[in-house]
Amino acid sequence: MTLSKNSTSYPSIADSVLKWLLVAVGGLSIVIMMLITVFIFTESISAFKIIDIERFFFDERWNPTAGEFYMLPMLVGSLLLMAGSIAIAVPLAVLVAVFNNFYAPKVLSVACRRLVEILAGIPSVVYGLWGLVTLVPMIIMIQSPGTSLLAGIIVLAIMIFPTITILIDSAIRSLPKHYIEASVAIGLKRWSTIISVVLPALRKSIFAGSILGAARAIGETMAVLMVCGNVVQLPDSVFEPMRALTSNIALEMAYAMELHRSSLFVSALLLLCIVFVMMFGKEMILRDKNHV
Amino acid sequence: MKLGIVIKMLFATLVFSLVSGLSQAEDKKDRLVLTGSSTVAPLLSEIAKRYEKKHPGVRIDVQTGGSTRGVNDARNGMADIGMASRAPKDSERSLKFFTIARDGIAIILHKSNPVKSLSDDQIRKIYAGEITNWKDLPGGLDEKIIVVNKADGRSTLELFLKYYKLKSDQIKPHVVIGDNQQGIKTVSVNPHSIGYVSIGSAYYQVKQGIAPLKLLPMGNVVASMDTVARGKYPLSRPLNIVTKTQPQGLVKDFISFAMSGEVHDIIEEQYFVPINR
Repeated sequence: MTLSKNSTSYPSIADSVLKWLLVAVGGLSIVIMMLITVFIFTESISAFKIIDIERFFFDERWNPTAGEFYMLPMLVGSLLLMAGSIAIAVPLAVLVAVFNNFYAPKVLSVACRRLVEILAGIPSVVYGLWGLVTLVPMIIMIQSPGTSLLAGIIVLAIMIFPTITILIDSAIRSLPKHYIEASVAIGLKRWSTIISVVLPALRKSIFAGSILGAARAIGETMAVLMVCGNVVQLPDSVFEPMRALTSNIALEMAYAMELHRSSLFVSALLLLCIVFVMMFGKEMILRDKNHV
Repeated sequence: MKLGIVIKMLFATLVFSLVSGLSQAEDKKDRLVLTGSSTVAPLLSEIAKRYEKKHPGVRIDVQTGGSTRGVNDARNGMADIGMASRAPKDSERSLKFFTIARDGIAIILHKSNPVKSLSDDQIRKIYAGEITNWKDLPGGLDEKIIVVNKADGRSTLELFLKYYKLKSDQIKPHVVIGDNQQGIKTVSVNPHSIGYVSIGSAYYQVKQGIAPLKLLPMGNVVASMDTVARGKYPLSRPLNIVTKTQPQGLVKDFISFAMSGEVHDIIEEQYFVPINR
């Protein structure tokens, strides 16, 4: 099945229409991405003109209406949320995917896959509401106020787990059959096959899945806004409230003006940088492994 | 070959944006400009949308910029109508103010909290971090107070701070919330918390028993839509629109529309209190 340019000497009209449509849509998405970046840059530039960059890291507190712009706790908070949720979600996703492919009976694995797919489609605000109404009161029983870094990590882990599971699951299914056949042929048990053949072969997919999950975690807004407490501080423990960069924008943008507004765009710029570094790093690492 | 594709992409995008640009040609007659308070602006822009639907051809442009800008713009003619979330100052008596709704704040506690009422001073001390345990208040349990505050810039916060003469950096909250619903949910799940929300958002939910909350009275005045509408409830303010002279023509028609019963549902949707005339 080749669909290269020279496969037919007389391309149909439908083909060229489709090609132009795809080219237009592709071009549009690139232009939109670039416009967003330019927009965020220009909006935040007026903040950089007045506020020295180090003040975002060393001011006393975040109180933009009074000219204080301590953004570091939110940057740290966002990264903590991301790291925590990945640390929970990735191992869980690997376990579920392995279970689906090597241990579960057919019926169960199909049911499990459908369930995970449904989980992936639930809107984030629903997870947030569940977190606030169910999870937070549970945490309150351990330590008040309940709305905390821990609540955010758990909700995010549950949110990103389905996506990562689906990715790893399909990676396992697309592994070349002869990997597993060869492993069985030399007499390895199921468990050894998974540990020494399947998981090493999945390294790249697990990594790619983690990055995808991390990108979603760092960009998540509504759920985090509802369960994290949103106090601007460096949390001393997981039971302390904290504010993420995304929540900061959502909380304050509607009423922000002038310098306050452009400092919120600095939050957005930081987020954009984090995602950019993540995606760039991912490409570099994956490419590097190709050569090894 | 690669360059060719890029050029095609750009060309296709250009065509696309031209087509979408052409459809934006607009009619400039019958235009109203409103500027001012960021509390009143969202309300007025909804009212304006309904007015535009009723009067095709009229365009109403609502911009925010604070109450003072609203009053100034109305005074020097930069705007047809100004918006202000406060009563007129003495220097502004010569302008025409019209109250279209009122905004009130209810202090909310969990229903299970035995504390029945708090004085202004006690509420100020709780938010300033001087009282941190419910046992220091009449009838309170020995539990840490969880202070729920609004995010910076919210108009409810502004009114709250002004009434209690607090500065926003004096408050050490345990939870910071965005909109009213989040505040209601947060206090609902946390039996030892105290918070405040727009009265319109909490009143019906509490009355119908949807949210396990109670609204604290202010002094002897119960917190209700009625006491706010009649201007008796202290923790409230008028939402005004301002014109330089006695309104005429389109301005007059729009103002009487904004003050009529036709927009009460919009006012309540935004958790403000309509005024019955």
